Amino acid sequence: MLEHYLSLFLKSVFVENIVLAFFLGMCSFLAVSKKVETAFGLGLAVIFVLTITAPMNWIIHEYLLREGAMIWISKSLAGMDLSFLNFITFIATIAAMVQLVEMVIDKYSPTLYAALGIFLPLIAVNCAILGSSLFMVEREYNLPETAVFGFGAGFGFFLAIVSIAAIRYKTRYSNVPAGLKGLGLAMLITGLMSMAFMLFSGIQL
Amino acid sequence: MADEVKAVAEAQPKEKLFSKKNKRTLLEPFSDNNPITFQVLGICSALATTVQMRTALVMTLAVIFVLSLSNVTVSLLRKFIPSKIRIIVELAVVATLVILVDQILKAYLYDISKQLSVFVGLIITNCIILGRAEAFALQNKAWPSFLDGLGNGLGYGWILMVIATGREILGSGSIMGFSIIPESLYAAGYENMGLMVLAPGAFILLGLLIWAQRSITKTVHE
Repeated sequence: MLEHYLSLFLKSVFVENIVLAFFLGMCSFLAVSKKVETAFGLGLAVIFVLTITAPMNWIIHEYLLREGAMIWISKSLAGMDLSFLNFITFIATIAAMVQLVEMVIDKYSPTLYAALGIFLPLIAVNCAILGSSLFMVEREYNLPETAVFGFGAGFGFFLAIVSIAAIRYKTRYSNVPAGLKGLGLAMLITGLMSMAFMLFSGIQL
Repeated sequence: MADEVKAVAEAQPKEKLFSKKNKRTLLEPFSDNNPITFQVLGICSALATTVQMRTALVMTLAVIFVLSLSNVTVSLLRKFIPSKIRIIVELAVVATLVILVDQILKAYLYDISKQLSVFVGLIITNCIILGRAEAFALQNKAWPSFLDGLGNGLGYGWILMVIATGREILGSGSIMGFSIIPESLYAAGYENMGLMVLAPGAFILLGLLIWAQRSITKTVHE
């Protein structure tokens, strides 16, 4: 049983890395990867929010939105299918959770708040967060699987953004053609990183 | 009363529907201010939906629809939205439009909607849409906002189509699902490039495209 979760975790970190295999969260991945410190902060914030919001959305989807989910309220609601409301509910949950997390951190850990600071509100519109919630619905994970997947996806994002920040920092003064500077080079590096991460596919526990 | 209205109308000459400024709003996103290659917004879907041209085309149309209508809606509501909760309001507007698109796709283009899977839903968090609502629609009237949405949607679309064309021709040897590489070429030893269908191909192709476009327009960003 433990092995199943471990392999799910490794799969979501390496083989199906949310940035390098599914292209989710590319905007912040490119925008915030100029310095390692800021990339580190954003990575941590994403892990944090993803680990909370994925199970939250699972519970909402399971007990309120999916077809026949509301049978626990009354038998007459068995035919209800509210799954078309998935998008708007998930994004509302994410925005609310981000706000809540921000307030809690601000109250109890000012140092962490100062470190994550500006990145927390940005995370609400990071597609990696919404994407994981949608993936967990599509792949029909159960609650523990969703929690592991959420954490794994966040960790994958963290790993990817910190490593690209380090590489971009190194290439800052490299002699590259003018048109390739900045975004173009970052895309090529991401391509190579994505190729490297593909090598993990096929690893089975 | 009627005279008063007339006087006001004369004092502020009505801007033409396609004045110079409006035309610029519409055309700028094509090259000088392209959402993908210059503003660096909305890259996720630009890469994920471009394995085939058909999915890329549907995605482009969906984004143009959502982007122009969300811009108009946000612009009409701009005087009523308190600035503190504007992100939530914008998200609600966009999410409603995306649900519409999703339901329409499920009803009429079920296969493609299955292939796009989560990426239709992810239009909500496509940074182009929120970015344009924040940067343009909140300050401008409805008509220029519509043009801005349309222009950015089209600017996004052409990049998507270029990448999709490249990936489909190199990766599967076809255009819009029709095979174009003759059998004799395969017999002579030509093979489809599997890398193009996978993630790295998309990254590298977009990187090269950005390089080419920035070299032509001679803009250097850091």
